[in-house]
Amino acid sequence: MTAIDATAGSRDPAAWIHERAVTPGRRFTNGLANAWMVGSVLVALVPLVVIIVYVLSKGAGVISWSFLTKNLPIVTQFEGGGIAPAIVGTLVITATAALMAIPLGLLAAVYLNEYGRRGRIPSVVRFMSDVMTGVPSIVMGLFIATIWVSSGMHFGYSGLAGSLALACLMLPIVIRSCEEMLRLVPDDLRQASDALGARRWRTVTKVVLPAALPGIVSGAMLAIARAAGETAPLLFTIGVTKTINSNPLHGTNTTLSQEIWFNAQTPFSAAHDRAWGCALTLIAIVFVCTVVARIVSNRFATRA
Amino acid sequence: MTALAPAPDADLGADLGANRNAGDVWVDRLFRAITLVAGLLVLAILALIAYTAITKAWPAFRHQGPSFVFSRTWDPNVNHFGALDFIYGTMLTAAIAVGIAVPLSLGIALFITELAPTRVRSGVTYVIDLLAAIPSVVYGFWALAILTSPAANVYQHIADTLGRLPLLSSFFGGPVVGASFMTAGLILAVMIVPIITSLSREVLLTVSQDDKNAALAMGATRWETLRVAVFPRVRSGLIGAVMLGLGRAMGETIAVALVIGSSHQITSHVFRSGDTMASVIAHNFPEAVDLPKAALIGLGVVLFVITIIVNVIARAIANRSSVLRGSAR
Repeated sequence: MTAIDATAGSRDPAAWIHERAVTPGRRFTNGLANAWMVGSVLVALVPLVVIIVYVLSKGAGVISWSFLTKNLPIVTQFEGGGIAPAIVGTLVITATAALMAIPLGLLAAVYLNEYGRRGRIPSVVRFMSDVMTGVPSIVMGLFIATIWVSSGMHFGYSGLAGSLALACLMLPIVIRSCEEMLRLVPDDLRQASDALGARRWRTVTKVVLPAALPGIVSGAMLAIARAAGETAPLLFTIGVTKTINSNPLHGTNTTLSQEIWFNAQTPFSAAHDRAWGCALTLIAIVFVCTVVARIVSNRFATRA
Repeated sequence: MTALAPAPDADLGADLGANRNAGDVWVDRLFRAITLVAGLLVLAILALIAYTAITKAWPAFRHQGPSFVFSRTWDPNVNHFGALDFIYGTMLTAAIAVGIAVPLSLGIALFITELAPTRVRSGVTYVIDLLAAIPSVVYGFWALAILTSPAANVYQHIADTLGRLPLLSSFFGGPVVGASFMTAGLILAVMIVPIITSLSREVLLTVSQDDKNAALAMGATRWETLRVAVFPRVRSGLIGAVMLGLGRAMGETIAVALVIGSSHQITSHVFRSGDTMASVIAHNFPEAVDLPKAALIGLGVVLFVITIIVNVIARAIANRSSVLRGSAR
């Protein structure tokens, strides 16, 4: 990004003159504005810190090896059992969604940036994928539920149905972040490749994509992190299960987010503890994705 | 992903040059066609969502007519579906969320772009991103855990204080409950702060340093610089950012569904419970059949239409300043 100097320090003569010319009233208003900016950051930190501390303190006591590896209890009311099916479900469903959304999103981004920078169709696609990022996740869930699970194709509940809903959510995010990354690749590289006589598809696959890869991976990880935490698209699509189902194509499934949703709505403290354990596990998974994305993109930034 | 070739190496030229044959043209056309199809997929999905949702909801719309959005009675037992209470709940919670989140987000964005030293800047950006990474259901569950205490106690306090004032009493007066519009609005505010912040930050970064320096050289304080050189430039971009946050707040489901209390009412009192379109769908869709199911899909259609309108306007405003293009998050 463009480096913006913080307003000149005291060594700057302009700032020195300015400081002496400012009346107390103006200085006060300015101080108020500064306090607003700093205060906003501090206020935003409060929920983050409080939630993380809360989840850690409530969830850490619940998590144990057997909690992570056992099947869900049949009756949520009592202690015991584990959350292994939810962990497996979260990983499998999110991965399946990523396998659908990321390649498609990348191809669409290639179209937007490499084949159709200008023109009517690309700008419509660009605009509509921006708009699609705003479609509520519950609507995606309803959509897949009606078209795939129940009335439309009657495939019934499955991990795949949930993955489809998640993929619909991820697709526009992946498209826009990939396009952004492709745009960062300097045109010199493309021209050099063109000059060697390469067709566009070779330029894309051999030059542009490798150059943009770290940024693409980082964007993809963020999209995965967001999808892994989603609940609403899964409520009507994956059904429920108490045992591990690692097959996304067949049978009902469950996820950490869905288990939190179910357990949170019961009045039982054992269920609440289980939900806190799920919440901690889910946050850990999501944060790992976010941090990996950050590390990859930092590498990219230093390389570029 | 796996199809990606390794980084370019010294043989690239030879590799590229060797492929200037006629077949390559067709590969290129095929590749272009595939990418085009992937791009058009977005339009296809959106169209398909609109089509399926409307056809599946049609029985309910036909049964209920325009009163679907104007009537206040939602009773599946007698097949009467008036969604006004839920539409109101969606609007009110989103309004509370935006009202709280906008000053915060703008403050944070200004802190990042104008005030913070470089090292602090990336740290704050990272922290705000983490706020976006916390799943909706975790926000909801946490809010649920603090509902009765301390949230309701704080609300009671506010109601006792502000409830005695003439105008404010109709918004903040008692009796209070923890699971309320206010709790939902607060949680939504936390959830949309990262989006509005990152979008406003991008908008603010487009203002050239020269303009700011010019204002500073005239003797303006930082605040005056912002008012003179920055805000006029970024107004439409910021409006776009706020509207995108609004759209997100209206569509957010799970956190709201856990803390809004699920009751049907239209009231200006923010400490009472209510319901939103999204939370009604989340709670009732799994068990619904036939006409009630169609009605819930109809709610989804209403929600879809409202969020699409908000998003289209937001993007149109933002794109006019051609700043927010490409900011999916």
